[in-house]
Amino acid sequence: MTNVPAVQLDHVWVIYQQRPALEDITLTIPPGRYVGIIGPNGAGKSTLLKVILGLIVPSRGEVRVFGEPPARLRKSGQLLGYLPQKPLSEPRFPVTVLDVVLMGRFGRIGLGRRPGPRDREVALAQLERLKIAHLADRPIGALSGGEQQRVFIARALAVEPRLLVMDEPTISLDACAQDDLFEMVFDLKRELDLTVLVVSHDIGAVARHVEEVVCLNRRLYVHEPPPIGRLALESTFGCSVEYLFHGEIPHRVVRRDE
Amino acid sequence: MSELLGLGFWQRALVAGVVLAVLCGCLSVFVILRRLAFIGVGISHSAFGGVALGFLVGIDPLWTGIVFSAGVALAIEWAQSRGHIEEDAAIGIFFAAAMALGVLFLHLSGTYNVDVFGFLFGNILAIGERQVVQILVVAVGVLAVVGIFFKEYVFISFDEEMAWVSGVPVAFLRALFLVLLSLAIIVAIYLVGIILVSALLVIPGAAARNLTGHLRPMLGVSVGAAVGATLAGLFASAYLDWPSGATIVVLLSLLFFLSTLWRRGQ
Repeated sequence: MTNVPAVQLDHVWVIYQQRPALEDITLTIPPGRYVGIIGPNGAGKSTLLKVILGLIVPSRGEVRVFGEPPARLRKSGQLLGYLPQKPLSEPRFPVTVLDVVLMGRFGRIGLGRRPGPRDREVALAQLERLKIAHLADRPIGALSGGEQQRVFIARALAVEPRLLVMDEPTISLDACAQDDLFEMVFDLKRELDLTVLVVSHDIGAVARHVEEVVCLNRRLYVHEPPPIGRLALESTFGCSVEYLFHGEIPHRVVRRDE
Repeated sequence: MSELLGLGFWQRALVAGVVLAVLCGCLSVFVILRRLAFIGVGISHSAFGGVALGFLVGIDPLWTGIVFSAGVALAIEWAQSRGHIEEDAAIGIFFAAAMALGVLFLHLSGTYNVDVFGFLFGNILAIGERQVVQILVVAVGVLAVVGIFFKEYVFISFDEEMAWVSGVPVAFLRALFLVLLSLAIIVAIYLVGIILVSALLVIPGAAARNLTGHLRPMLGVSVGAAVGATLAGLFASAYLDWPSGATIVVLLSLLFFLSTLWRRGQ
């Protein structure tokens, strides 16, 4: 199992209304990596995550997650932990923090059955792990942005996943909280033997913490070996890039092919 | 009061009214959480086409109504899931078309003695034992299915994408809910009629959400509001000789405004 890549994309295209959102993406992520996907707005970062999660079926090309098509994988409800970009669409939604974390168990519990003591145990353990166990009975809408983010990470972990996918997890956090979050995810990854994919538009924050950076602007261009060059990043973002502090990080560059 | 309770039609109206209030009070919570208020309106108005079709072909309007409005609901779902059209536009188009068909069906059936007004605004005092049984069977069936998939429906209401990733069969459960909603709407038409039935599916849940931030209490308050307004409305309409469906909906609306005031005062 260890030599099966966590994520494998083979010449993947996603086309919306005749306009390509992703062009010919080929990417292999071995298990156990902490990978940041960066790129400008509209580069297809969220689309790439949704392709990996199976939410979007590519127009062309193949996707394998732990060797399986994602749509088949999701039915087991066991391998993918997902942190959406805006996890709380309705702040007044009448559920508690523990209810939300328990939702992470529903795929495992199966249709029409109730969560059991073991599910409750796992959910509480994740709250404990993220140091928010004291909030378990609070309504989710009553928490601060940072606390909510921890709740949704706890939910993703309650799946007991092997792949954790996070879409702009730091968007509602201040700079210190952003660093804390990336640091915390790094520890979780080591502790739980996870593969982590994190999308961000913030190069600086991602690059300080992840092990590998994938730059994306619709198209993928593998640029090896390090260090990442200003020119490469500039062509990804299509504008001059000011913050380059990640010379030691092995990386791949995805860029628009003019 | 005692002479009223001794009357068969009045007993049937009370039983049917309470059962329908419990059914709609429960569904109302999900209608509010999943923002299905407008599709509820669409389904109930489409029912007019189905009911009229029943008169045209001589089948119990209950069955044609269920098939027709469930069909329209699924067509709306299909059209917007394929991305051909926005959901609100789809609802607006489909329900107008279904109502227009209803008028044509009534015209073609040539039966002008049908109680159209009763279908449009409800006539709970006129129902027979057969209808009471239909209402009971539908209510028990729909509530049982919602009970079985309760946690999934909460999850889908909370975050559909996340539910999908977790392996919940979102498309199936969405479609199933529309069918359940159609069933409930058709039987609730006996109580408040096609025009007003969406009130029963929207207001109790909306009022309950004003009053509580927790799911189970919200269900309880929603059912309580629906049952309370239905009973009060039935008795008030009997004493004042007002139309019962409209009285119930006016009382429900009043409850909603009170709950909003209460929430503001918090």
